[in-house]
Amino acid sequence: MMARAMADNLKPRDAKEVEQAIQWALGNDKTFEVVGRGSKRGIGRAAQWDGTLDLSSLSGVTLYEPEELVLSARAGTPIAEIEALVASRNQQLAFEPMDYAALLGGATGAGSIGGVIAANLSGPRRIKAGAARDHFLGVSAVSGRGETFKSGGRVVKNVTGYDLCKLLAGSWGTLAAMTDITIKTLPKAETEATILALNLTDATASKVMASAMASFADVSGAAHLPAAVAMRIAEIGATQAAVTAFRLEGVAPSVAQRKSVLESLLAPFGSLGTLGEAASRALWQAIRDVTPFAANGVAGKRDVWRISTAPTQGAIVGEALAGATDAELLYDWAGGLIWAAMPATNDAQAPLVHATAAANGGHATLIRAPIAVRAAVDVFTPEQPVLAALTKRVRGGFDPQGVLNAGRMWAGV
Amino acid sequence: MPLLMPLFDDAVLKRRAEIVAALRAIVPGEGVIASEREMRPFESDGLTAYRQLPMVVVLPETTAQVAAVLDFCHREGIKVVPRGAGTSLSGGALPLGDGVLLGLAKFNRIREIDYDNRVVVVEPGVTNLAVSQAVAEAGFYYAPDPSSQIACTIGGNVAENSGGVHCLKYGMTANNVLGCELVLMTGEIIRLGGKHLDAGGYDLLGIVTGSEGLLGVVTEVTVRILKKPQTARAALIGFAASEDGGECVAKIIGAGIIPGGMEMMDRPAIAATEEFVHAGYPLDVEALLIVELDGPQDEVDHLLERVQDIAKTCRALTCRVSNSEDERLLFWAGRKAAFPAVGRISPDYYCMDGTIPRARLPHVLNRMREMSAKYGLRVANVFHAGDGNLHPLILYDANKPGELENAEKFGADILRLCVEVGGVLTGEHGVGVEKRDLMPVMFSEEDLNQQQRLKCAFDGKSLLNPGKVFPTLHRCAELGRMHVHAGKMSFPDIPRF
Ligand SMILES: Cc1cc2nc3c(=O)[nH]c(=O)nc-3n(C[C@H](O)[C@H](O)[C@H](O)COP(=O)(O)OP(=O)(O)OC[C@H]3O[C@@H](n4cnc5c(N)ncnc54)[C@H](O)[C@@H]3O)c2cc1C
Repeated sequence: MMARAMADNLKPRDAKEVEQAIQWALGNDKTFEVVGRGSKRGIGRAAQWDGTLDLSSLSGVTLYEPEELVLSARAGTPIAEIEALVASRNQQLAFEPMDYAALLGGATGAGSIGGVIAANLSGPRRIKAGAARDHFLGVSAVSGRGETFKSGGRVVKNVTGYDLCKLLAGSWGTLAAMTDITIKTLPKAETEATILALNLTDATASKVMASAMASFADVSGAAHLPAAVAMRIAEIGATQAAVTAFRLEGVAPSVAQRKSVLESLLAPFGSLGTLGEAASRALWQAIRDVTPFAANGVAGKRDVWRISTAPTQGAIVGEALAGATDAELLYDWAGGLIWAAMPATNDAQAPLVHATAAANGGHATLIRAPIAVRAAVDVFTPEQPVLAALTKRVRGGFDPQGVLNAGRMWAGV
Repeated sequence: MPLLMPLFDDAVLKRRAEIVAALRAIVPGEGVIASEREMRPFESDGLTAYRQLPMVVVLPETTAQVAAVLDFCHREGIKVVPRGAGTSLSGGALPLGDGVLLGLAKFNRIREIDYDNRVVVVEPGVTNLAVSQAVAEAGFYYAPDPSSQIACTIGGNVAENSGGVHCLKYGMTANNVLGCELVLMTGEIIRLGGKHLDAGGYDLLGIVTGSEGLLGVVTEVTVRILKKPQTARAALIGFAASEDGGECVAKIIGAGIIPGGMEMMDRPAIAATEEFVHAGYPLDVEALLIVELDGPQDEVDHLLERVQDIAKTCRALTCRVSNSEDERLLFWAGRKAAFPAVGRISPDYYCMDGTIPRARLPHVLNRMREMSAKYGLRVANVFHAGDGNLHPLILYDANKPGELENAEKFGADILRLCVEVGGVLTGEHGVGVEKRDLMPVMFSEEDLNQQQRLKCAFDGKSLLNPGKVFPTLHRCAELGRMHVHAGKMSFPDIPRF
């Protein structure tokens, strides 16, 4: 990141000051990098901004009503603070937001709720519970026009006007600076267990995960880790084998019953293992945060891609990438989410990855690569021309002068 | 309530014959309907108080035809109103007299069932129920289940972000749609999402869902299907006071239980439904709660025990649990027939759809009783209790002068009350024309302008379904204008670092 003049780095104390800051930028032809607590600054196209709009002073939970399943917080509130608070009432953020700390290097739990939403984070439970977008009920934000607007509310069922929350989720701060966020909270499962199927190939694992997802087992996590990758996670490393993992959550009698459903389904595929509650939690946290590709681990120098595709295409995408580049792979979301760690190259294999993702009806995001690479290649899969033009018009409606994070997703967006 | 719609464009109306001919060249045969008699069935949707014959009805069969129709209308400056099955309760599909009514009914094929990825690709005119039926033999279903599901279309569901009694656990349409094909007003075709989760780029699919036909015409939808739960059982719980019922709902959720469905009815609704379907509802209670648990047998039995314990602590007067599928369906029969049941005890009824924070329910019900006395109109309440979505049914007689207007005023007061207690104007039925003029109760001018700027990105000429959702129509150029003062606040007093 370039050194910036201190005069251009603003740290507003409240929503009103965010509005003033953006109006100031508009009036003085300045651009901002928008940051919550800065934990995901390394993701996205490398572009240049005049200054930083730091939202970390907007901090604190402003409303939490467990019985109503709702929580509001200022956008810069540490996600760790929110997770601890809801856990104290036996609740959780069901979308299981991942923590990029392992992949990017940095302290865990350092992100803000605003960042979680702006990156539309989720975790293994995405397949059952949805992503941040599905739990994001209301927002107050300042557009790149320097105007405060709100959308949504504090109730789950709401179709009053366009759902701008959906648009802001995953917009990487390019449309508006969010100042206040309301999300849904949900009860934590009483217990959990994980069933492991060992030694499956990627292609077989894909089929097995599909049948598990179509069973009564009500799986809340389905991931496949090839042997070399599985070995880096303590809870399963000792198997020395490829591991396909299935998580079951719920009340004890339910988990027990579904476990037997799953075991009979998996029996024909050879040897099985089980993880109890604590080991299961640790495993899924490692999968969620993609620790096998951690910045401080053996794959730390590799470029890392995140690819979303139809579950049945996962193994096909994985095979194509591994065949061409010696990529290491980790499959989550029943095969639909592929984490690919590739030997570093000066283009991070971007053309190959985007083409492979697109050919399989999905898209890819370059999550980890040196800044020079991220400045040179497409970090997000390019959109078709008509859609790309629409994307630009949408952005123009919120931030016509490109004050906020301009160029972070695509050139000009 | 006098409803102001966009002024008719005389220049367009004068060219009607020519326009009809041009549309016939795009959609041949019976696909263009121009006679008054044949257009009559399209003059209103489920909000029958408002009627308007369209200039012409077009029923295309292919995406290419939709694109050609929109391209033509865009070039000629002709308004277009999309329509699915016309069950909207907010007037979303109300035609415009100088506009094309674009019916998607002929898009009625299921294009692909993909069990491995647990998705179904359908044309927008397929009914909601048909999706579940198509995958039923393999043990799957499509979760959002509006009460209108035998008639309403998936395209309409996407446009309205429709819900149903299972929303609390399984989400609304937005949480169950993965992709769509959309034709923009320019006739350009885009694809959003697909069979994968979380489309790349901006979540335009999330915006299109619930956009009430103002952003584009949906010509294909990819929905997620779920395995049908192994078992479902319901408890029917009666309370002497709505406060007790409300407390029970809060405690169930507080105990970490998210039921598949949790519905409440008040005394007038109970009486009307019981008389109609004889479901065996207790008649001496103020509030009746149906709590349905679904999932593996052991889980359902276990949680049902807990729900019964909670009900006792909330002073339940009666509590029955279903012991067979027939009994469960009987519990639901009353609730599902609530609208027609109320239709039997009153010549007309007006269905409202606000959402409130659940804890405010007793307060809202009390205030509604006061309003009922003030307006001299009865009201029966059915309520998606789990997520705070109220459906007050206001009973009136359209033949009595002034009663419709009174019912509408009563309804508007209820919605204002919903917003006042922290809720919203509409939980699932949409804004349409019905709640359009109430939007400022919930949103500032800035809020609404920002929404309209999004509309401008999709439909810069405001030709698609204008007059719906937004109380004031601004020109896009005017909305886009910036009021920046160079050098303004050169030193705002904000901490720097
Ligand atoms: C008895 C009854 C019960 C109901 N119960 C429920 C319920 O439980 N939950 C609930 O959420 N709703 C309910 N509704 C409301 C209604 O059924 C839903 O809003 C439904 O989704 C509308 O679908 P439709 O096909 O009839 O759409 P229409 O009424 O034809 O159109 C609705 C809106 O969608 C737009 N539209 C339609 N198709 C398309 C398309 N292909 N592309 C773009 N825009 C399009 C139209 O322009 C219009 O704005 C009920 C209605 C009735 C009459």
